[in-house]
Amino acid sequence: MAVPCAIKMENITKRFGKVVANDHINMELHEGEILSLLGENGSGKTTLMNQLSGIYFPDEGQIYVHDKPVTIGSPKDAFDNGIGMIHQHFKLVDVFTATENIVLGLEGEGRLDLKKASEKVAEICARYGFDISPEQKIYDMSVSQKQTVEIVKVLYRGADILILDEPTAVLTPQETDKLFDIMRAMKKDGKSLIIITHKLHEVLDVSDRVAVLRKGEYIGDVMTKDANQQSLTDMMVGHAVTLNIDRPAPVDPKPRLEISGLTVYDELGVKRLDNVSFTAMSGEILGIAGVAGSGQKELLESIAGLYPVSEGTIVFHDPQSGEDKNLVGMDPLAIKKAGVGMAFVPEDRLGMGLVGSMGMTGNMMLRSWRNGNGLFVNRKEPEKLANDIWKELEVVTPSTSFPVRRMSGGNVQKVLVGREIAQDPAVLMTAYAVRGLDINTSYTIYNLLTKEKMKGIAVIYVGEDLDVLLELCDRLVVLCGGQVSGVVDARTITKEEVGLLMTQHRKEGAVNG
Amino acid sequence: MDKEHAGHEPLLRMSKRGELLPAWKSWGIRLIAFFLSLVASGLVIVLISGLNPAAVFATMLDGAVGTSKRMWVTIRDAMTLLCIAVGLAPAFKMRFWNIGAEGQILVGAIASAACMIYFKNLPTPVLLLVMIVSSLIAGGIWGFFPGVFKARWNTNETLFTLMMNYIAIQLTSYFVALWENPFGSNSVGVINSQTKAGWLPNLLSDGYNKDFGWNVIIVLTVTIIMYLYMNHSKHGYEIAVIGDSENTARYAGIRVNRAYVRTIVFSGAICGLAGFVAVSGASHTISTSTAGGRGFTAIIVAWLAQFNSVVMVIFSFLLVFLQKGAQAIASAYNLSQEVSEMITGIILFFLLGSEFFVNYTIHFRGKKVKA
Amino acid sequence: MTQAQLLTLINSAIAFGTVIMLGAIGEILIEKAGNLNLGIPGIMYLGGIGGMIAAFYYELGGGASPVVGLILSFLCSLLFSALGGLIYAFLTITLRANQNVTGLTLTIFGGGVANFFGASLNTLAGGVGQISVPVTSSAYIAYTKLGYMGTIGKVLFAHGFMAYLAILLAVAMRYFLNRTRPGLNLRAVGENPGTADAAGINVTRYKYLAIIAGSAVAGLGGLFYTMDYIKGTWANDGTIEGLGWLAVALVIFATWKPVGAIWGSYLFGFVYWAYLYIPGLSRRTLELFKMLPYVITLVVLIIVSLRKKRENQPPASLGLSYFREER
Repeated sequence: MAVPCAIKMENITKRFGKVVANDHINMELHEGEILSLLGENGSGKTTLMNQLSGIYFPDEGQIYVHDKPVTIGSPKDAFDNGIGMIHQHFKLVDVFTATENIVLGLEGEGRLDLKKASEKVAEICARYGFDISPEQKIYDMSVSQKQTVEIVKVLYRGADILILDEPTAVLTPQETDKLFDIMRAMKKDGKSLIIITHKLHEVLDVSDRVAVLRKGEYIGDVMTKDANQQSLTDMMVGHAVTLNIDRPAPVDPKPRLEISGLTVYDELGVKRLDNVSFTAMSGEILGIAGVAGSGQKELLESIAGLYPVSEGTIVFHDPQSGEDKNLVGMDPLAIKKAGVGMAFVPEDRLGMGLVGSMGMTGNMMLRSWRNGNGLFVNRKEPEKLANDIWKELEVVTPSTSFPVRRMSGGNVQKVLVGREIAQDPAVLMTAYAVRGLDINTSYTIYNLLTKEKMKGIAVIYVGEDLDVLLELCDRLVVLCGGQVSGVVDARTITKEEVGLLMTQHRKEGAVNG
Repeated sequence: MDKEHAGHEPLLRMSKRGELLPAWKSWGIRLIAFFLSLVASGLVIVLISGLNPAAVFATMLDGAVGTSKRMWVTIRDAMTLLCIAVGLAPAFKMRFWNIGAEGQILVGAIASAACMIYFKNLPTPVLLLVMIVSSLIAGGIWGFFPGVFKARWNTNETLFTLMMNYIAIQLTSYFVALWENPFGSNSVGVINSQTKAGWLPNLLSDGYNKDFGWNVIIVLTVTIIMYLYMNHSKHGYEIAVIGDSENTARYAGIRVNRAYVRTIVFSGAICGLAGFVAVSGASHTISTSTAGGRGFTAIIVAWLAQFNSVVMVIFSFLLVFLQKGAQAIASAYNLSQEVSEMITGIILFFLLGSEFFVNYTIHFRGKKVKA
Repeated sequence: MTQAQLLTLINSAIAFGTVIMLGAIGEILIEKAGNLNLGIPGIMYLGGIGGMIAAFYYELGGGASPVVGLILSFLCSLLFSALGGLIYAFLTITLRANQNVTGLTLTIFGGGVANFFGASLNTLAGGVGQISVPVTSSAYIAYTKLGYMGTIGKVLFAHGFMAYLAILLAVAMRYFLNRTRPGLNLRAVGENPGTADAAGINVTRYKYLAIIAGSAVAGLGGLFYTMDYIKGTWANDGTIEGLGWLAVALVIFATWKPVGAIWGSYLFGFVYWAYLYIPGLSRRTLELFKMLPYVITLVVLIIVSLRKKRENQPPASLGLSYFREER
């Protein structure tokens, strides 16, 4: 085929230690098209693109830009080849104006002609219909405007190939529509674009062609006009894999935690949870499915008293006293004092769940340090607990005082999960409990969770691997864009159906079934 | 995410050590740095004065601990420095940059001196108790303001406490003028030189030292209490967690702002107590040099000891030993007294630099290391 | 207050202000690169003694040209304070030592070096009596005929050249920071080194250069104090240290703006000397009065943090080490 290629990647392979992030990938970006790069979390999309933008250097393979072989060893090389990437985390200086950020680091004469630069920025903005003013400070901007500055920065440097890494993750639907208009305008102007995403309706909306990655491998590509949500989901998630996780039937399920109408906003005023309602039962594992950033973190932190709740209630049915307690407005200490047994394995293990500089014993104390009346902490029991977990979960560490920050990810997770289970809670919440763990450790964790369920505990499991969610959990709550797009029976639903729910907002869900 | 670009490996590359160095190794590095610093300061001395460094160091030793009187002065000054460093530890452990010890010492000293002057007729134990309490309160107040503003509005505490120092210095000047004795001397003179009211009493006397001992007992008690507080109390645990991660602290049900203010007040109070020790246990007077830069030196002591109260004892002695020794050199060889600060500076530079080699490894360009 | 008194007060304020202004604009450059250098008092000491040593040996050797003395002392002052800055830069940037602790050590070290040489120059040179460099100092103090022309002349023109150099440097610093590419890059380094790094800016090099250049400028404050303010003598009384901390305070007061440091420094000087002319101020209350610059600075610091106006905040990464692999 004689389609002129803006970018051609040949046999690109990138390894991190033993993990193969990209396995002999062959991919093309045609001149003047919008290509969607689709895949689940951890499928290797961002790694692949970072090799185009000069952040990583491929271990094997060759990259061609406009059919010429090139070596991209640094972000500067990427720019010299006309490639610009807009990262998920903006690299902007808050107190600078848009123009100042855009010209930052550029070479040129010593004197800085901001007026001239601003004119050029304004010109670019006018051409594509950007709504930023060159003199506006970054801290005065909305997330979408900041993203626009990043795009202008790339255009200002003369890029004709743009890569956008999950640009819509931080945008509202209206802002997303606007971004897509801009992308179409850039395409009309002759630019070639790649958009990384895992939202199917966006793929169908904006792109000309879709390329799919799964677990580091290139699955294939289709023209968008020949694709639909179902076919793309099949490519993205693949066929169900049997994991043989032991799943006994729930024991005597009764409502334990009732969430209704929960709505929260982040510090920027963006709605993160929108009228979320569901019930977690005792004696079952309730899975929370959804693409990354659909509100999982906010949901768990709201329940734990760590995130401000705007509306809604979180009612805990106390199995001992039979009382109902609304947890909204309580901080973790108040929740504890109210006698609510809440265990929480947060996503950010060392940044929230553990104290990195302390050993296992010190970290056991995180839950028990307040016990007892005296001025002094009790170290004996935490020490014993640390030793128990050390032995039972086979934590690899030289001693119980070895800083957990220096342990490997799997061991850190064992310490955290072990401690939370040892609290003998009524509710156990885990976020990405097996992320980064090897197979054996993962199964250890699954078995622990199932054991807790059999004790009559309400387990909430936020996960990213659909196969695991479908085999480990009893019911699933599917989140999409901060809303609940479905509460389903994990035993009967198919992977494809969950995949669809994950990528559909509720209003679209009504249309598609 | 930013990894080295495989194409451009620099000649030298530094990275954080994967595992902790065993204690003997890390202390070995510090010891090597200390000896290098002695060599460097020896060189400086030879260069500027042409003296034999060995003789100079011998003089130093003699000057610091050569007689029981000198030994006592060294111990006494080390105790005051230790008291300040111990007071600073909880604030620093929480990552609160309390540069304001200098001011907290001074207000503690003012409070002590005021009690000595206005309540001189109280019985000694009562008077001493009143002095101790008021110096604690004064230092605590001086810590309270930067603490509240930091907790509530995130006001930069380094700059805040720095300003509080100067306000305290001017306040001291004011009280020196108020209590001037004799008139026109622009100094307070020895307070209660006849009655010795409010002086820390004799504990042991060897003929020279009328107030031997109490400083040591008070400061070591504070040190031990602080050690227990930091390592075994619930508050100490809260401080350690907050210093590591505020999010984890909130997760563990710690009310961060409250703990913050409480800790800074406590830290300031102990520094205020150091002011009491300096006035009642050593100089029996007050002036703007009562703190004498020790509030700053103590920061370095606390930092080098990594906030461990027991290790601070060693560093306090080391620094005071160096100062006294250098002063002895100065008078023996007719050099300026300030040589002590110069040498202290050199040694501290080396010790600060050595921490890098404890925490980081250096890779030379060569074989490519697979990530 | 008579007109003559007011004139004296204004001139004292300008002289006093020039010392701390130089210290402050040096520190502004350093802080804009993200380093809080509490070694400024030590660096001002180094700058002062550097100039003094050069002038002293020049005059001891029979040098009689004020201009040569000036050039030698000026260069030597720059060298001393730049070296002080280099020590700080090496420790905080390359060896990643804590900035506050390193700065405080530099203050101890600089004070030690300066006062040691100040007191020992005599002895080392064979006991020539009081240290004084009248020849060199005369070049620093000299001003043109305009300085004798009426009140205006006395206010505006009766100062040594460094008073004007300080203003020039402050204005140049403002131009550099706001109107040049390296200035923009430097500010980015202090605000967000990760972003600067991603934009291809060599963070380490910018920090080193800013610290060394800023230290050299700050050291000039010490030089001006020695050569002009106390007329080419050396006093072992710790005044420079106090002035150095006031310079650090002035940076906050000026909310990190070089031109703000100009009028801020004169205001500090005015407040510092005003007590001489306020009737009925006892020796006691005057000490409270001298507290004013610090109280004002504190109030500014508080207001700045309450108002949260972004332009007035300290550089966002002030005091933090940057290490790319740590992110």
